[in-house]
Amino acid sequence: MVRAPCPFLLMDNDQPSTHSDRRRQLQMARSMCWHCQSEVTGEYFCERCVKVQPVSKETDYFTCLGFPRRLTLDPKKLEAKFYELSRTFHPDFYQTKSTDEQAISLSNAAVLNTAYRTLRDPIQRAEYLLALETGSVKDIRTSPPADLFEEILELQDTLEEYRASDRGSDQGHRLHTTLQTEQEALERRKVEMESQLRRLFADWDKLQDAGAATSSAKAERDRILKQMRELLSHRTYINNIVNDLAATIA
Amino acid sequence: MARIVGIDLGTTNSLVAYMHDGQPCIVPDRNGRTMVPSVVALTDNGLIVGDSAKEHLTRNPERTVYSVKRFMGKGLADVQNELAYFPYTLTETGGVIRIRLGQKSYSPPQISAMILKELKLRAEAYLGESITKAVITVPAYFNDSQRQATKDAGLIAGLEVLRIINEPTAASLAYGLQKNTQGTIAVYDFGGGTLDVSILKLKDGIFEVLATNGDTHLGGDDVDRLLVDLFIAEIRELEGIDISDHPDHMQAVRLEAERAKIRLSDELKTDIAIELPENKGRFTRELTRDQLESLATSVIERTLAPCRMAIKDAGLTPKDIDEVVLVGGSTRMPLVRQRVEALFGKPPHCHLNPDEVVALGAAVQADILSGGTTDMLLLDVTPLSLGIETMGGVMSSLIRRNTTIPASAKELFTTYVDGQTGVDIHILQGERELVKDNRSLARFRLKVPPLPAGVPRIEVTFLIDANGILNVTATDMRTGQSQSIEVKPSYGLSDTEVERMIEDSFKFAAEDIGARKLIEARLDAESLIKATDKSLAEAGHLVVREETDAIRTALSQLSTAKDGTDPRAIRARMAELEQAAKHLNTVMLDDSLKKGLHGKKVSEVS
Ligand SMILES: Nc1ncnc2c1ncn2[C@@H]1O[C@H](COP(=O)(O)OP(=O)(O)O)[C@@H](O)[C@H]1O
Ligand SMILES: [Mg+2]
Repeated sequence: MVRAPCPFLLMDNDQPSTHSDRRRQLQMARSMCWHCQSEVTGEYFCERCVKVQPVSKETDYFTCLGFPRRLTLDPKKLEAKFYELSRTFHPDFYQTKSTDEQAISLSNAAVLNTAYRTLRDPIQRAEYLLALETGSVKDIRTSPPADLFEEILELQDTLEEYRASDRGSDQGHRLHTTLQTEQEALERRKVEMESQLRRLFADWDKLQDAGAATSSAKAERDRILKQMRELLSHRTYINNIVNDLAATIA
Repeated sequence: MARIVGIDLGTTNSLVAYMHDGQPCIVPDRNGRTMVPSVVALTDNGLIVGDSAKEHLTRNPERTVYSVKRFMGKGLADVQNELAYFPYTLTETGGVIRIRLGQKSYSPPQISAMILKELKLRAEAYLGESITKAVITVPAYFNDSQRQATKDAGLIAGLEVLRIINEPTAASLAYGLQKNTQGTIAVYDFGGGTLDVSILKLKDGIFEVLATNGDTHLGGDDVDRLLVDLFIAEIRELEGIDISDHPDHMQAVRLEAERAKIRLSDELKTDIAIELPENKGRFTRELTRDQLESLATSVIERTLAPCRMAIKDAGLTPKDIDEVVLVGGSTRMPLVRQRVEALFGKPPHCHLNPDEVVALGAAVQADILSGGTTDMLLLDVTPLSLGIETMGGVMSSLIRRNTTIPASAKELFTTYVDGQTGVDIHILQGERELVKDNRSLARFRLKVPPLPAGVPRIEVTFLIDANGILNVTATDMRTGQSQSIEVKPSYGLSDTEVERMIEDSFKFAAEDIGARKLIEARLDAESLIKATDKSLAEAGHLVVREETDAIRTALSQLSTAKDGTDPRAIRARMAELEQAAKHLNTVMLDDSLKKGLHGKKVSEVS
């Protein structure tokens, strides 16, 4: 039997589109109530007919949850906002409404859930902000930090050796100890990267709060974003290795 | 809005509940019983459900279906290694198991629909109104096919299923309503056939599920089976008889094993007695709680791994859990409680009736949907990762497990051959790397306009709704046109098949009602006979001989009518008996009042 061709994946299209024509179109659509066609001034509901309005596809997750594009967020406030909006959009509260309203509530709730999931986690939040700011929709590539390149190659060999070895033997024990030491070292490195990231986050927030449009501010912005991308990519790489290590020697 | 009831459609027992004055209540039958055994039997008078069907387990094992929930959303290959335990015949058509009952075959949703109908009738009789809408619970770890099958069962039963809700989360709603708790709770639901664990955060009326895990093939049934295997081996050894060749005796052994297990939750030892086939006498032995526990421990240990996974996925440790709530009949086993307590490091909460709490929670959710309860909101998660097949037989995840629902993911597809007009998409659910290790949910073909390779842009949206059920839509990004998608479920009924079953179920409804009237009349006749026998024994000496004779005649006439098939004749004989015994009953009542209330007559007291 011939197998059906597999789908060819282009990209994860969860990120907002940057296509400008489409954006303008959708924003226009957004400003008009889908139901009574009057102009929508309220945040989530039409003031005139009190129908729920779809969250625009172009709304980023920060706007959706009512937070500025900052990288340190108070998790309690974020949660409170998420709960509040869940009470606004959840399909449970639209069971007695029209099918159109039910569909809007369903898709709004789905967007809200994705937004909360993304912003709740500091790493995902930073990756998302990077994508927003640099207009890149591609995943951040994971790459090893240059100074660890040799070490990681060696580690891969040891892992291979360990997988092939008899776990109960002396050699197995020796390799196990080596891998454990490596894992701990990498975990320390990961923690270090995370504190570097937090410093960058603080730098970013300071810049945002100042709101200066000077050329030096722009240079600072580019520096932060560049370093952040690099650090995030290294951290993910290390994280994957640590998980792999932990699973192998568990 | 019309009333919405909450239904716990269990492997072993099912219940229906409704909301009254802000409190959920279970609908009882006329004898005050709340649980309907999830058993369907085909008798000479048609299909029967519940307690009366349960009696046919040993009388008529090939035609009595129990634990049908184990087969929901499954193919025959999925249950291959437990077929030997079921006395009824299973086959498969179109990826769906069929159960043979007499001349006909039924899909698991059809059998489940019969149980649902029984609950619907029970609620209608009790509440005095027609019931057409329901919230139905499923194990949290049910996959998409199993959820869809449950929804189909509702449709076939003539119910609009407004929501499929997870059993442990339903339990948390009932629990939260009663205790008004804030904090983190773990719900451990261990029933007859399934295990679920959910970790929730309760705050200001929001019930946020942080993680869920489980096993849809692990329950008290598995403990019973270990006992059955033990008894069969012993009988073979001692008596040289292989019970497994005798389906009716197999059922008797299974029921005896279950009863013994239940007794050992309160007692330290119990006696087992099993009638042997071919008049070989009885097999007896003593079973101690220790013996049961050493057998059951393997099953109970298997429930702990899902607990640990759920705690880990919630990003917590056991000490972060403020309260552990036990749900399901199997949590009455002392060993289960010990193990759960050891794992979480605190004694579990068992003040709620573990049999009823799920149905009560379903009624609360029904009330939320109808706009009655507005301060509570459940935010549940999808238990399994959802993905699609990509090149090399690898699953690419789109929505991860434990993602809050509703959840959606978009994916852009194109072609890689010039003029290609379709892309085949295979949807999967599971946590493993390779397609073959995950559950196949469905396939569909995306229609693509014939264009050079890579030019078409079709965006497919995968949306898991608040029921945990997947919906797929597609849009051609170049034209903005959406296209309808016909999804072929891998393990489910097609829409046309469900429609046909709904029609069938209406066609047979008349027949069913006839059978049902007969069964009810018989049950009522039986209890009247019992009560009259008792009155005769207790107070027969207080009335004249002619009277007792007349009562005895009426009794025997009712007995004869009861063995017939005409419910009206039974009712008529019942009325005669009631008339004949009226004076006796008054005399008896007066007599007992005299003893208790110093000689007042009935007329003076009431
Ligand atoms: N007192 C008890 N001790 C041990 N097991 C029990 C007890 N009562 C019921 N069970 C078991 O609980 C299971 C049924 O639980 P239930 O919650 O009604 O199941 P389900 O939700 O699967 O329908 C059966 O396996 C039954 O044997
Ligand atoms: Mg249950």
